[in-house]
Amino acid sequence: MPALKVTGLAKTFSVKKPLFGAAMPGVHAVKPLSFAVEPGETLGVVGESGCGKSTLARMLVGLLEPSEGAIEIDGRALDTADPAKFGRLIQYVFQDPQSSLNPRKTIRQVMEAPLKRLYYMPRREREARISEIFASVNLREEFLDRYPHEFSGGQAQRIGIARALAAAPEIIILDEPVSALDVSVQAQVLNLLSDLRREFGLTYLFITHDLAVVEAVSDRVMVLYFGSVVEIGRARHIFANPSHPYTQLLAGSAPVVGRPLTAPEQKGTELPDPLNPPPGCAFAGRCPRATELCRTDEPILKETGDDQLAACHHPLKD
Amino acid sequence: MTVFLGLLFRNRLAAIGAVVFSIILVSVLIAPLLPLQDPDATATADRFQRPFTEGHLLGTDHLGRDLLSRLLHGTRLSLGVGVLAAVAAATIGSAVGIVAGYFGGRIDNLIMRGVDMLMAFPYILLALAIVAALGPGLMNALIAVAAVNVPFFARNIRGVTVGLAGREFIDAARLAGMGHARIILTELLPNVLPVIIIAMSTTVGWMILETAGLSFLGLGSQPPQADLGSMLGEARSALISHPHTSIVPGIMIFLIVMSINLLGDGVRDALDPRLRSGALSRPRAMTLVDRKGAVPTATTDLLAIQDLHTQFHVGRRIYRAVGGVSLSVQPGECLGLVGESGSGKSVTALSVMGLVASPPGVIAGGAVRFQGEDLIGARYERLRRMRGDRVAYIFQDPLSTLHPLYRVGTQLAEAIQAHHRLSRTEARTRALALLKDVRIPNPEARIDNYPHEMSGGMRQRIGIAMALANEPDVIIADEPTTALDVTVQAQILALLDDLRRDRGLAIIFITHDFGVVAQLCDRIAVMYAGRIVEQGPTRAVLDAPAHPYTKRLIACVPELGGGQRALAAIPGLPPVVDDLPPGCVFAPRCDKARQGCRDGEITLAGSGPRAVRCLYPEEVI
Repeated sequence: MPALKVTGLAKTFSVKKPLFGAAMPGVHAVKPLSFAVEPGETLGVVGESGCGKSTLARMLVGLLEPSEGAIEIDGRALDTADPAKFGRLIQYVFQDPQSSLNPRKTIRQVMEAPLKRLYYMPRREREARISEIFASVNLREEFLDRYPHEFSGGQAQRIGIARALAAAPEIIILDEPVSALDVSVQAQVLNLLSDLRREFGLTYLFITHDLAVVEAVSDRVMVLYFGSVVEIGRARHIFANPSHPYTQLLAGSAPVVGRPLTAPEQKGTELPDPLNPPPGCAFAGRCPRATELCRTDEPILKETGDDQLAACHHPLKD
Repeated sequence: MTVFLGLLFRNRLAAIGAVVFSIILVSVLIAPLLPLQDPDATATADRFQRPFTEGHLLGTDHLGRDLLSRLLHGTRLSLGVGVLAAVAAATIGSAVGIVAGYFGGRIDNLIMRGVDMLMAFPYILLALAIVAALGPGLMNALIAVAAVNVPFFARNIRGVTVGLAGREFIDAARLAGMGHARIILTELLPNVLPVIIIAMSTTVGWMILETAGLSFLGLGSQPPQADLGSMLGEARSALISHPHTSIVPGIMIFLIVMSINLLGDGVRDALDPRLRSGALSRPRAMTLVDRKGAVPTATTDLLAIQDLHTQFHVGRRIYRAVGGVSLSVQPGECLGLVGESGSGKSVTALSVMGLVASPPGVIAGGAVRFQGEDLIGARYERLRRMRGDRVAYIFQDPLSTLHPLYRVGTQLAEAIQAHHRLSRTEARTRALALLKDVRIPNPEARIDNYPHEMSGGMRQRIGIAMALANEPDVIIADEPTTALDVTVQAQILALLDDLRRDRGLAIIFITHDFGVVAQLCDRIAVMYAGRIVEQGPTRAVLDAPAHPYTKRLIACVPELGGGQRALAAIPGLPPVVDDLPPGCVFAPRCDKARQGCRDGEITLAGSGPRAVRCLYPEEVI
């Protein structure tokens, strides 16, 4: 049984109806998508800004109501009625570490909240647990009595991760958790996350724009473009042998030591307009392989290789 | 609490307000104990005595009552009613506002339309109507004044709450298992409280005025009871003949309202944790310079940073953010400055043009020479003319460096006109050409966009166009692609590379990404804890890093194509720069450190273009 199962999940943000004229159709931030994450697995979600990855994450933790579709955790439909029960099941590490900490609370108060509200832990135990977590995320305990504005982005994000760890959930949604961290610390945190996963059998949904990071930590990777899944497959294969031209473009854009500097696509290409989405494949406007078919028919996810699916009319062959 | 008071009294106006208000408060509180005459005892024979007459320090009113006594008793009453009304209005109004702002949607709509209805009546009319319905009297005046001020608090607090309710820490609190009531009380309220306090401090004054107004009209305190309003009301008929009867309560109202407002502002500022650490103090136009020791001699480099020391003086602590950095660039060269956050790379870059915020920043030594001219010792006017003209910056986040209310074309034109006398049309033509240079598609239409109408990549192109506006010789790019998507990053890097080849620009590129450095830069310098630990040609350093820090930092960076794996990490944290260890600053985290590493200064040594600050380097150079 998958730890997390999503069926036909979608989010449409309604656009305010103008005073005169018909209502606009709304922005499809996430188009209906389905996937499952096995217990102990890390599913990487990659995509550029505006592709809907944060909207997806917020729906998964119940901070945003889905327009349609269902979320199941451990075979049970997601029930957000009891926040305490829900917080013990699934936690979220935020993208912006500074704004995820209340500026008027000390770090100790921030860290104690999940322990108190979710586990009703007595004071002595809370202190022990906080020191344990702080040690594991490489933070000094003297930080506990300081306020969030005294920390660098990197330190604040480690506090955010520590807070999610404090709730000891089964699933953690990591929304760009290391993009604010320095590389030496990033590696510490990624390794820590992977240790914790092994130790507690955690399941991760790892959202990032950094392909090298996602490849290093994920079992499988899902590539999002413009609110839809364009490719999903084993982390090992997906960037080495991409089926979708967008995945190939992403892989070709990542800066790599020893590769000469070239712009991987035509200069000045722009993302499609979400208010006025193009018919057919959303990537067709940037795609060198696009044909007439791509501009009229929306492709669906098809098997293109061993455990690899891509939504493309003309997938790349290995 | 002592910290709070210390901060409060550092603000001189607030201190004055506090002193005046406490004198008033103390004197009205002890008024019943003072040897004053009966405020209500009439003596028509002594009417309209001038101030400073025998037995009547402030004179008497139209019934011969002692003005000093009436003033103190009246102020006591007015203050009490005003404060009570303010507390009542603030409590009810803030509760309504927080609930509306936090829940939003239909609840918000319902509550706020009700508040709007209350606001639709002129407030004095509404107060009159309430008093008319309840009958005259001080208590009813208090109720009326409080009710009339509820909408003010409700709207104010709702606005603040809406902004806060969308913040991520509220989401985080929800995920930590907090219920609505707890989130409102423990997460929102502490953040809203300063707004409530400042709103209250301004409205206490208002409400004293309003109760005075109602009493003035005869609807508040009933004779013979004195409050400030009724004193004014009774003195009205003698305004011309005996002005002191109106001036005395008038001055008291002025002093109360003024001191409360000054004190309220001070309290708000002292409550803000950002102000507590002095973060919001306004910086000077250029970094403070306090150089000790000799200034290094001029070189032939285009831009040379020589033994630069930049420090932050916070209280008694001195943070040595940059501890003796020397760098140089030639025309057409790209120098990569690599380091983690806190390594001093951005401070080094900002020191070049004196852009480090002062206070707390101080340049404590060294020189920055542009074509041999020392910029650290330069006057502000000289520096201002160089900024953006000869040396330009590109910053990390284009959204926060562009002004949100001006069109990008206007901002570009402004950057040009700051240095060159050009007409508006000429500047616009130049701006258009710049947009073409940075390859913005359809520049004729894009020039009239506002920053929010552009994508992150487009905004960063505007940032680059602005840096290029005056054809500078050096561009300092501080993590210009960190906030961008990979496909956009690749485009921006390719653009920068083309520009420097076409125009012979020198670029100092600050980043933490070795992949980016490898693709763009000719030479790199690696910084750690405010010092350069290694420098040399990019390929040489990346292929055979000599400093253990460089070597391990490169190993930390995951590279595409490596598959799922554990990454190399450097244990520990970079040192805090106000307490650097002697010897090698990396020694505490280095697995090769020996005793010699921990004592004595280690110099940056090497041959040719390569240099390393290590006693036992990984490679012989």
